[in-house]
Amino acid sequence: MTKSKFLSYVVNLIAAAAVFLAFHLLFSGGVVSRSYRDLFTLGCIYSIAAVSLNLSTGLLGELCLGHAGFMSVGAYTSALITISFDKPGDMPILLLSLVIGGLLAALSGIIVGIPALRLRGDYLAITTLAFGEIVKVIVRALKITGGGQPMTGISLTTNYTLSYWILIITIIIIYTLIRSRHGRAILSIREDDIAAEASGVAVTRYKLLAFSLSAFFAGVAGGLYAHYQGVLEPQFFDYNQSINFMVMVVLGGIGSLTGSVISAFFLTLLPEILRGLAVYRTLIYSVVLVLLMLYRPEGLLGQKELSQRLFARLLGRNGLRTSPQSGVGGSSASPQENIPVSGTAERKADSAVSDRLGTSTGAPEEALERKWKGRR
Amino acid sequence: MSTLFAIRDLHIFYGSIHAVKGINLEIKEEGELVSLIGANGAGKTTIMHCISGLLRPRQGQILFKEYDLLKVKPENILETGLAQVPEGRRIFTRLTVEDNLEMGAYTRHKKSEIKADMEKIFQRFPRLAERRRQPAGTLSGGEQQMLAIARAMMSRPKLLLMDEPSMGLAPLLVREVFDLIQEMRSEGTTILLVEQNARMALSIADRAYVLETGRIVHEGVASEMLHDERIREAYLGS
Repeated sequence: MTKSKFLSYVVNLIAAAAVFLAFHLLFSGGVVSRSYRDLFTLGCIYSIAAVSLNLSTGLLGELCLGHAGFMSVGAYTSALITISFDKPGDMPILLLSLVIGGLLAALSGIIVGIPALRLRGDYLAITTLAFGEIVKVIVRALKITGGGQPMTGISLTTNYTLSYWILIITIIIIYTLIRSRHGRAILSIREDDIAAEASGVAVTRYKLLAFSLSAFFAGVAGGLYAHYQGVLEPQFFDYNQSINFMVMVVLGGIGSLTGSVISAFFLTLLPEILRGLAVYRTLIYSVVLVLLMLYRPEGLLGQKELSQRLFARLLGRNGLRTSPQSGVGGSSASPQENIPVSGTAERKADSAVSDRLGTSTGAPEEALERKWKGRR
Repeated sequence: MSTLFAIRDLHIFYGSIHAVKGINLEIKEEGELVSLIGANGAGKTTIMHCISGLLRPRQGQILFKEYDLLKVKPENILETGLAQVPEGRRIFTRLTVEDNLEMGAYTRHKKSEIKADMEKIFQRFPRLAERRRQPAGTLSGGEQQMLAIARAMMSRPKLLLMDEPSMGLAPLLVREVFDLIQEMRSEGTTILLVEQNARMALSIADRAYVLETGRIVHEGVASEMLHDERIREAYLGS
């Protein structure tokens, strides 16, 4: 890891900690009501699901319509484990159960993926769609999961601290993967699998890797959800829920992890905010979605990430000059601009501006255009 | 001297359609530029797909160095030293120019060497250097073709397969691409150039094969074929 890359991780972690501290103060100071604190937890859980779905759908480019099915596998596994230990509220046991739930979800991802991912096209979408339904049927058929009845007696161990930091860990892992040589291979499969294969990428293996990792985190999110809700019903993890996650990914921007987080929170909070409007709630919800897709078809963030560089860009040239440390964000930027930035702050400012204009440094006429734009 | 690359009695079927009917092709010497020319539907791309492992032939052999290419998995072909510039370029449009080149060097592991090779390419293609951090899809058609060639060069191939590099390019850009091919040849890369543009291909190749409805109908020294009456009439239009 280069120094600037390392620095950028540190900066991002400090930012994540600061955000956490802000929410923590709000919650513990009693400024925000309990129900919003719970919504924050739920938002984190949904974010984990959305971010992991983005890995398979946005970054690998395979449509997955059964993400809630993987969540279900993780949820029931993890709940059964904590119940069998019979130590309600025990954090290490919960963490263990989350990992095992995630692993089981990943295993089911591999089982579904091995036949489906070897093919090109939309086979995975159909297979995962069926998978979600199969999981539902199995859960209803088994005695230990309560059969047709909701499964109860799960301790409410999930809190906002745990969900938040697991979300951060999820983002770090997926982000680090995507920025690596392996991640580039995954992105190249999305772009053109034949060319990727010709470049020496073992396409099926990488598809399986990304897809099972995505299923793993869905399973973890499911486990968190089980210990957040305390009650599990098989129909909660049905097709509609999978589509819900897909909406979060599309709305946030396919390929943008932070976009998924923002839209997951937005879509979790929106129904609550509209609660007072009772009858019109779903109507407004749909209208908001339609409007967003009309005016931002690429999603809230497109393929960009919420990063120091994006902030620096929004602040413009001057903002960058006065805060040179924001330049380290070079390595935390979106896959489009993932060159570790070197050189002075001025150079970074130049490239940031030229990136925005879609031009580049060098050619004189482009420099002119840049100046002209700058004056406006 | 032993043969570097050979296709022996290759038969390819699409269902019941006999698309390639027993072709033989050889590249004997390293550094040779061999061209395979033919009109639309002659079977050029079918042969290329077969070499890259996308199609299975019914019969025949494809040999490269000590490898039997038909037994090598598609993703491992590059590691044998055979790189391809596919038809229609197939660059990774939403990845940056630099990432596209990195993908070309995917099978290589020495970072410093990859960096050095990339700088060399940027020196050769200033336009790509200017746009190194842009998504490759924002490049013009000619620049994308250069990038596709550059990406293939990043693996330091022993043999480079090019499938219709002139496709969809303006005449001036075609000239530029062919200049580049010649330049690579003079640097010692062995090239198999599959082209529809027979005149251009014959003018730079050492030897050439003419493919017609799945059969090799002529083969010989390219410069002689360029002046051969029959070939002039059939392929060069006077």
